Amino acid sequence: MLSLFILIPFFILILINLFFSKAVKKLTFWIAAVLFLFQALIVIFKPIEFWSGKLPSIEKLFPFSLYIDNLALVMLLSIGIIAFISLIVGQNTINDGTKRFNFINVLVLANIGMNGIVLVKDIFSLYVFLEITAVSSFILISLNRDMEALEGAFKYLILSSVATVMMLTSIALLVMYVGDTSYETIGTFFKNQQFIPFFILVAVSAFVGGLFIKGGLFPFHGWLPDAYSSAPSSVSVFLAGIVTKITGIYTLMRLIISVFGFSPTLQNLLLIVGALSILFGAFSALGQKDFKRMLAYSSISQMGYIIISLGTGTPLGIAGAVFHFFNHAIFKSQLFINSAALEEQTGTRNMDELGGLQSKMPVTSATSLIAFLSTAGIPPLAGFWSKLIIIIALWNSNHKIYALIAILAGVITLAYFLSMNHRVFFGILLEKLENIKEAKPGILFPAVLLTIITILVGLFFPFILNTFILPVQSILG
Amino acid sequence: MKTYFILLLLMAICSLWAVMRGSLIRAAIALAATSAVLSIIMFKLVSPLAAVFELSVCAGLITVIFMSTISLAQPLTYSEMIERSKARIKRFWFLPLILVIFAFLLTLLAANLNPPLIAPETEKNISKVLWDIRQLDVFGQILILFTGIFGVIVFFGNFDKQGGTK
Repeated sequence: MLSLFILIPFFILILINLFFSKAVKKLTFWIAAVLFLFQALIVIFKPIEFWSGKLPSIEKLFPFSLYIDNLALVMLLSIGIIAFISLIVGQNTINDGTKRFNFINVLVLANIGMNGIVLVKDIFSLYVFLEITAVSSFILISLNRDMEALEGAFKYLILSSVATVMMLTSIALLVMYVGDTSYETIGTFFKNQQFIPFFILVAVSAFVGGLFIKGGLFPFHGWLPDAYSSAPSSVSVFLAGIVTKITGIYTLMRLIISVFGFSPTLQNLLLIVGALSILFGAFSALGQKDFKRMLAYSSISQMGYIIISLGTGTPLGIAGAVFHFFNHAIFKSQLFINSAALEEQTGTRNMDELGGLQSKMPVTSATSLIAFLSTAGIPPLAGFWSKLIIIIALWNSNHKIYALIAILAGVITLAYFLSMNHRVFFGILLEKLENIKEAKPGILFPAVLLTIITILVGLFFPFILNTFILPVQSILG
Repeated sequence: MKTYFILLLLMAICSLWAVMRGSLIRAAIALAATSAVLSIIMFKLVSPLAAVFELSVCAGLITVIFMSTISLAQPLTYSEMIERSKARIKRFWFLPLILVIFAFLLTLLAANLNPPLIAPETEKNISKVLWDIRQLDVFGQILILFTGIFGVIVFFGNFDKQGGTK
């Protein structure tokens, strides 16, 4: 049944493009919405008929070798939710019908790519699905075909190609020494090695380096602020919410946990890169005027938290990393939706040209504030709990300096978000903004939905922890 | 050994040609040729799977994207093209030298390191490899090509209306 996560979107894509009539074109949004919702709901309710059922005719025709565990379940859930949200934002912000149709098609393709990344158990298949997602992302970023978008996509394309070369080199070296590309065989090879050969070290470094580029971590973040800020609003939501995290961060988690294993050198590398990303992202966000660029730098900082938590190598650290992964997907997508709402209504993202919008856009203002507070780790919102788990994991694993860095960066996060909130929503309403109205319901709906998720995850933390987060620890075996 | 040497030399020439020529069309053709020669080398090294993937990804998708990019560019006159090629050769004269030095260093390194070279279990029947063993990857490759086609539609599908040239 797992192959359905790849096959259903593929056949939907064929269907909507084969019967390219006006009626099908109008239905495309609803078909994609049902597809993404189905993915999220199937993970939340876990119907036993689906997960344990078999479809012999499909399995005979497409005998894909796939695998699922608790970590993959959280990822599938995140992909389903963010793709659904991005779809709604796209429906309400892309005015041209053909462009909207193309956007949905490429969104479904990216969805297939990310589902594949999550479900495969072979390092070469992983590369293939990474490429599907990467090519889809280039197309999505440059959807508007303006200079800024093309520049953003080009930077992403070049750096992503460098990452691809590094990963392919790594795969070649691993095949040379291990003789196979499956996670299991490579994992067994690493477990049985007392002394790691030089070329294997090169292979691991190249793969991890490639994933640092894909994840936009410091110092490989050059492409990220341009790509996030130049892409259309719905694409920024999708990129920041899930694509970068699945291609860079999840893949890194999966390979380290299931294939390479934790070694002191690798753990130190993760801790250092994580801490530098946290600090660099937070300090850079402080100096931004562009709303979207500030969110992009904030993303680098928040992804640093995930990496630093992974670097502890403990079950609690991994649980914290996965929980913060999910929370960040939710609140960062929400902030990018708020950015879309502001840009749609005021025509600018420059925070110096905004002010006092709280009275004119109360829903956008309220949802932004909740997302900011969650990002900064204020109780009882979702972000507080995941940061708390990360800090406890760092403290317990005797990485006290890193725990202090995580706490300090939380204060900086609060500082830049409060400053930003003050500049955009509070203070005196600027004269030129007096006729501004609240955003369209189509944009407010996803923002409110994500706010509800942020609050509910925070309030029902014990249930979420026991049902989704703690079971992730079992992947350490 | 002689065949490998000739093929490697051919691949090096094609790849240098791809970088050093001024004409984008010739560069794309040279890239496709590099990919084709690399595929032949892989077939000869009993890696049919890698060869087929190399051929399908590079000669397929990348060439499609390159050709599409070229279609956006303004065509050059013959004299402009010659001038640009000369300027490019002047700018990248050191590339062949780097290639030779790099090849020499790799040869020295390979003799000293002597890696185990565990050959993967190779099924000689290509169709069995593609449709039975690596079916998911083939499916993924088809999707990459599919995505590439979508990219071309998105970038160039409506181009005339916006004042560009086909």
